[in-house]
Amino acid sequence: MIIRVTNLRREFTVGIETIHALDGVDLSIERGEMVAIMGSSGSGKSTLMNILGCLDRPTSGTYELDGKFVSGMDEKELARVRNEKIGFVFQSFELLPRTPALANVELPLLYADQPGDRRARAVRALERVGLADRMDHRPNQLSGGQKQRVAVARALLTDPALLLADEPTGNLDTKTTEEIMRLFVDLHDEGRTVVIVTHEPEIAEWCTRVVRLRDGLIESDRSVEPRR
Amino acid sequence: MNPSPRFIFQTILLAIRQIRAHKLRSFLTTLGIMIGVASVSTVIAALTGLKDQVLSEFESFGASKMFIFPDQPDRAGQNRYPWREIKLKERELEGLVENCPSFEQFSPNTDFRATVIHGRKEVPNINVVGIWPTWHDIENRPVIMGRPFVEADEIDAKPVAIVNDDAITELELPPDPVGSIIMVKGRRFLIVGVIETNRTGMMSFQPEQTEIWVPFSTARRMQSPWSFFYVTGQVKSPDLVDEATAEVRYVMRSMRQLGPDDPDTFRIEAIDQYIEQFGKLATGITAIAAGIVAISLLVGGIGIMNIMLVSVSERTREIGLRKAVGATPSAIMLQFLLEAVVLSLLGGLIGLVLGQGLAFLLTIPEQGLQSARIPSWAVALAVAFSAGTGVIFGFFPAMKAARLDPIEALRHE
Ligand SMILES: Nc1ncnc2c1ncn2[C@@H]1O[C@H](COP(=O)(O)OP(=O)(O)OP(=O)(O)O)[C@@H](O)[C@H]1O
Ligand SMILES: [Mg+2]
Repeated sequence: MIIRVTNLRREFTVGIETIHALDGVDLSIERGEMVAIMGSSGSGKSTLMNILGCLDRPTSGTYELDGKFVSGMDEKELARVRNEKIGFVFQSFELLPRTPALANVELPLLYADQPGDRRARAVRALERVGLADRMDHRPNQLSGGQKQRVAVARALLTDPALLLADEPTGNLDTKTTEEIMRLFVDLHDEGRTVVIVTHEPEIAEWCTRVVRLRDGLIESDRSVEPRR
Repeated sequence: MNPSPRFIFQTILLAIRQIRAHKLRSFLTTLGIMIGVASVSTVIAALTGLKDQVLSEFESFGASKMFIFPDQPDRAGQNRYPWREIKLKERELEGLVENCPSFEQFSPNTDFRATVIHGRKEVPNINVVGIWPTWHDIENRPVIMGRPFVEADEIDAKPVAIVNDDAITELELPPDPVGSIIMVKGRRFLIVGVIETNRTGMMSFQPEQTEIWVPFSTARRMQSPWSFFYVTGQVKSPDLVDEATAEVRYVMRSMRQLGPDDPDTFRIEAIDQYIEQFGKLATGITAIAAGIVAISLLVGGIGIMNIMLVSVSERTREIGLRKAVGATPSAIMLQFLLEAVVLSLLGGLIGLVLGQGLAFLLTIPEQGLQSARIPSWAVALAVAFSAGTGVIFGFFPAMKAARLDPIEALRHE
């Protein structure tokens, strides 16, 4: 078991109104699964992902990641967990502007105290996503798909237990979407745990399990035969 | 977090890259610190140069010179010690000459104002100084034309005068005025010598000024009865200043028949005291300069704070991302703090270079300083204070960055 959340709630207060973005979610994910999280807009997908990625904290409920309770950790401990256990891929890439691809990929190692040749690891990660020839390119010299590959390489750098992606292909065309999805599938086949938020059923087809959210609750949760 | 040297090094590189990416903006931001540090280090460099120069000047006109003045012991004693008793007497001067073995020689000094006439040229209110022939040696001012005063001038109170070269133009004297006659306070004087005008150092700002010297005994006869004189003495060597002081005190007190409880009715000053006074003045000016640097660092610091706040808000998404990949709040804090420090340090260093350049300009003109270098303590202070400014004024923006919520930061437009 890599993820186990129980009775997870997240409330937002806007003015006098309280929004229940997550209204008691129970979810367990095994190591090596590739999970698609689906649901209509506003159903709480991103909210759940942010909590799973330790970027946000639940209002109540527990979250156990890789055998450790994350719910009670402070800012500093959470930063360490984010650095070591989680690779996050964003819809809008989030690369540092005017910074070469290689330096972008290296970024997490700046905050890690892992020994070894950092540069060599970053080079390997870029090679892994097929961008060996684009190391010195800046984000504005890369296509959308290439940018997302750099972001995936960055997420892979600390060899995290969990790869989280919130609509990673939301800004990409169909052809590029397929390229990125094949990359995620390869990473899953190498044994990584992948969780992807998506609106598109075609993307969910690549996954081994589909979780549907509705109004902050799990509506359905089933295992499927992935397309390969 | 206990940041590793590698992390600090990387963060400094990051700060430098950030500053290079916004060259003009960074330059304008640090301008305040730059100008502040430049102007103050110029002042300090000039002051240091001036100090060296003044000290060497004091030395050249004798670290072994002493002055003896009449002096009222205190205000309350005005009735007990009337001026007429306190004034130095010729008799006392003789006593000093005879009984102070530590002294090479003495000369009395007295002056009065007089109208001086040469032919048709009439110049009012000229300072006429009465001296002994020993004065030339004590003050190191030999004649450049004619002859110095001699014993006979003093003994016979001769109507002879020595003038400085300024007097030649001001009184419209012939180029070699030796032998010319001038009228001083209605009396005829024969010019016997010319002395070079003293134009070095501190006195160099004075406009042209006529100086006239006459024998002391001659001057005394032309003065009002209330006038007084003081005595300059040349000690045989600077080490003898303390003994010389004791001798003067002993001679003066015994001649004035002062009892053991009576205060001195005269004052003895050695040249070191003037050096000390100048030192105090220089310290005062340095303190004022320090005040100016404090204000300019404050202004510069506010500029730094402003630009750092802009930088934090521009880079909100970057901060969110850094947090998402594992940056702790203190790592973010350090990043922005170091950026502010590097920025203000850069301003301080450029300011120092500018300051040294300006100080160098002060040494170029002929009448300028002989040397003007920013002393190393001032360099150290400038570096420390500009770094401190970065820390203090970078703190609030850095804290703002460190406290950003990662999700909100990543959502920032
Ligand atoms: N910071 C916030 N403040 C207030 N309300 C929020 C905040 N973040 C999310 N919400 C609300 O929580 C609910 C769930 O939002 P969330 O972003 O998780 O939806 P989503 O499923 O990711 O939607 P989408 O598919 O459009 O991305 C929404 O009603 C949203 O308005
Ligand atoms: Mg979303």
